[in-house]
Amino acid sequence: MTETPLIVTKDLTKTYPMGLHTIAALDSVSLSFDKGEFAGLVGPSGSGKTTLLNIIGSLDTPTAGSAVVMGQRIEALTHKEAARLRNRHVGFIFQTFNLLPVYTVYENVEFALLLLGLPPAERRRKVLAALEWVHLADRAKSRPAQLSGGESQRVAIARAIVKEPDIILADEPTANLDAQNSHNILRTMARLNGELGTTFIFATHDFKVMQYLRRTVTLIDGRVDTDQQTDGRPGTSGAGEQP
Amino acid sequence: MIIPKLALKNILGAGLRTWLNAFVLSLSFVLIIFSQGLLEGMNTQAEEAMIAAEIGGGHYQHAAYDPYDPLSLADAHGALPAPLAVMVSAGKAAPVLVIQGTIYPQGRLIAVQVKGIDPDQTVLNLPTAFLSAAQAGDEIPVLIGERMAALSGLKRGDTVTLQWRDARGTFDARDTVVVQVMKTSVQSIDRGQIWVPLERLREMTGMPGEATFVVLAQGAVRPADSAAGGWRFSGQDDFLADIRAMVESKSVGSSVFYAILLALAMLAIFDTQVLAIFHRRREMGTLMALGFTRGKVIALFTLEGMLNGVLAALVAAVYGIPLLSWVARTGWALPGDTDSYGFAIGERLFPSYSLGLVTGTTLLVLLTTTVVSFLPTRRIARLKPTDALRGRMT
Repeated sequence: MTETPLIVTKDLTKTYPMGLHTIAALDSVSLSFDKGEFAGLVGPSGSGKTTLLNIIGSLDTPTAGSAVVMGQRIEALTHKEAARLRNRHVGFIFQTFNLLPVYTVYENVEFALLLLGLPPAERRRKVLAALEWVHLADRAKSRPAQLSGGESQRVAIARAIVKEPDIILADEPTANLDAQNSHNILRTMARLNGELGTTFIFATHDFKVMQYLRRTVTLIDGRVDTDQQTDGRPGTSGAGEQP
Repeated sequence: MIIPKLALKNILGAGLRTWLNAFVLSLSFVLIIFSQGLLEGMNTQAEEAMIAAEIGGGHYQHAAYDPYDPLSLADAHGALPAPLAVMVSAGKAAPVLVIQGTIYPQGRLIAVQVKGIDPDQTVLNLPTAFLSAAQAGDEIPVLIGERMAALSGLKRGDTVTLQWRDARGTFDARDTVVVQVMKTSVQSIDRGQIWVPLERLREMTGMPGEATFVVLAQGAVRPADSAAGGWRFSGQDDFLADIRAMVESKSVGSSVFYAILLALAMLAIFDTQVLAIFHRRREMGTLMALGFTRGKVIALFTLEGMLNGVLAALVAAVYGIPLLSWVARTGWALPGDTDSYGFAIGERLFPSYSLGLVTGTTLLVLLTTTVVSFLPTRRIARLKPTDALRGRMT
């Protein structure tokens, strides 16, 4: 018996008005992603990677077609339902980390759990576990301004995984990191994917990220150009995992 | 409870910016309460002074007496109705006989009201005992206020001729001696008036046992109107109506000051909110990505603004309570021409901060802060998470 895909898009189209014309960011994109995938949307700037990621994450809605995430039709969700979907099932990792500056590392990670209404003891246990995962338990009391780029992105990863979401959407997660930190982050995410079974979908045009992907969907001008399975084993980069 | 905790965390985390806002807003708090306290103090002080020196527990006035018509004085006298006479005997009321007269200080002519009062009375807070000490002499002892002294050029120990008409309309005149110049903030017992012993005045005018009005002691139970023999009662409220109306009219001017202070404070809050919303768009997007609805983001930012008001109230309490308490104790020195204001407030004004004033001002400022904090957040209602994450406004 085949497992139902976590994410299914059918003829997904997103257009934006641009003066007298409309620009198609996505044009009839039909894709599906299963649980546990480590997939990437690749392509040049303006190819629609982030738009597709935003629609899957219920941050945006399609102009036409449909996107079903965790059995919920994104285009039919109310604001509250979309927020609930993001809160319970989706974790985001952004290029610019988007940590909340006035909170400590611990509080940034805990934030995701506050919205779930978990009791304090359980929150604490999960936050510390997530920080252990990204090897930042000793920086729990630091503020984002005191962290390096790599550390900030690891906090963002911890924030994304702490609520054990079904899907993690990472938009150019290595764009602001050097090569060594990029590999460290990617290895961490690959390890999470392997051990927790969390589905990862990246939007990237970073070759380093592509090396880790087990599935690569190439978008060109809002259309799916290729969709291929890859081995997900990066070549020798010279960078060891030194979190 | 998550939103209040986050809001508190956010504004405390903003550090100096928050405390600067709180301080500016606290200045408005303190200045509003101070200015309103001055007004309340002026009202209270004037009322208390008038009640102590002039009004007492209210007046029973002869039916013909019209305080605003000096010509009515010729007929405005009569024997005390029995219930009032009983009260006078018991020390719970003080009769006052008023006639029209003329004094001739240094060759000038000044029309005065001559008021006879029992030197031993304790109903009004007046230094009438000075009249008692000097009664034995041939000259009539008179007590005048500082304003009257300034007007007439008289001082303590001076002799001045007083002319008056008795009950039958016959003119008479005699020398009087100023036994004391009293200091009082109540103009209506001072300017244009001289006080003499009641029995001497009754004797001078041929009006034995008569009075124009009777002042009741504060708290004294007044007789039924039907037993007052046609004398009409004017209570404290009747006497204080004018001064209250005057304070009311001054409070309009004060309200403008109040509104300006409040507007300045609110401008600071509004400005901070607009800037916060502009600078924290990416943060809003992150909150939405983490599962916040727009409503929750609006609630968070509105609450942050409101907490500015709460912090300001705390800051205001830290320096405002000692400062305002000190002013309330030492008073506010008034300029010399305060008499022209028409208020019985003396040389120093002591502000009065009632619980209602402090609570009302705090609630008003908090309510206004909340509204002003909410207004800019309406833009968030139109904000798309994707735009916010890119640092753009929708």
